Amino acid sequence: MTDDTGRIDRSAELLMRELDGELEPAERAELERLLSDNPELREELERLSRLKEVTANMKLRNPPEEMWAGYWTSVYSRFERGLAWILVSIGAIVLGSWGAWYGVRDLMADADLPTFVKWSILAVIVGLVMLLVSVLRHRIFVSQSDPYKEIER
Amino acid sequence: MNRVKTELERERDDGHTAETILVRRVQAGETAAFGELVSIYMQRCYYAALGMVGSPQDAEDLSQEAFARAFKARARLDPERPFYPWLYQILRRLCYNFTRDTSSRRRKLERAGGWLVAEARVRASVDDPERVRATDALRDRLEVAIRELPPAQREVFVLKEFEGLKYREIAELLEVPIGTVMSRLYAARQRLAVRLDGIE
Repeated sequence: MTDDTGRIDRSAELLMRELDGELEPAERAELERLLSDNPELREELERLSRLKEVTANMKLRNPPEEMWAGYWTSVYSRFERGLAWILVSIGAIVLGSWGAWYGVRDLMADADLPTFVKWSILAVIVGLVMLLVSVLRHRIFVSQSDPYKEIER
Repeated sequence: MNRVKTELERERDDGHTAETILVRRVQAGETAAFGELVSIYMQRCYYAALGMVGSPQDAEDLSQEAFARAFKARARLDPERPFYPWLYQILRRLCYNFTRDTSSRRRKLERAGGWLVAEARVRASVDDPERVRATDALRDRLEVAIRELPPAQREVFVLKEFEGLKYREIAELLEVPIGTVMSRLYAARQRLAVRLDGIE
């Protein structure tokens, strides 16, 4: 009931609309005419109706309510961590480039570090602290709302 | 000639206006406004992901990642257009990549299952242990059969059967013609009917 391009023919389209309750009154008469002329089509309608009945009795499983309570916090943690990773990455790239240029030893030996290096170090430290705080806060939240926290692994 | 708006159209307009305001606030960098959008759409986003990947843990992870990416890309969002179809495009790309990714395949198989459940009215009416087992077995077979559908067919099937969207709504969400929606759904049903042949 499909052609080479994957399109379905008129009878299949009407079957689908019938199954999904999207059949127009004019189309119903057309379908009934086709069904009365074609036993194979009737058989197919019955087969697909049985499938429809099975799926109509199923639904997607609901997650635990706690998940919704912590959902926004988890999303927020993601872009907070994203920002932290950007800071860490920028800091690390700047530091790495600088270190590659001058050599790590020279850098460590140099008491008069340029200001931008200090800012980069600061960015890495701030980023790491933000990551740490974000992870810790998320873990604390999860441990508070975890319904299975009393269960030992 | 001016036509008097129906109650539904007025509600839709009001909803659209409220969402437009929220999106503008998000674009100004207000995370609290984005939090409101997350609250509105988190369930829909989670269930859409669940239907696509078949694992509650991965659905939670992927739906949250979709929101995080949407926030990052907020500058590209058009406040005049509905938010959810835009978010859904991000989500479905994530889910498609996840199901295609070979490294996640093992994890996917381990975690998949248990994402469908019989409707409450069915559970309430089944008091015979034999019938309970039969219902569970049928659900397991259906889960496996849906999981083995090609992703494009599976997506349409889930949106139709478990989210109850109309053909037009699915077509708008996926940005494809209605004919494509119907042909994917028809192909999915043909495969499933074969897989579940002989069911009571």
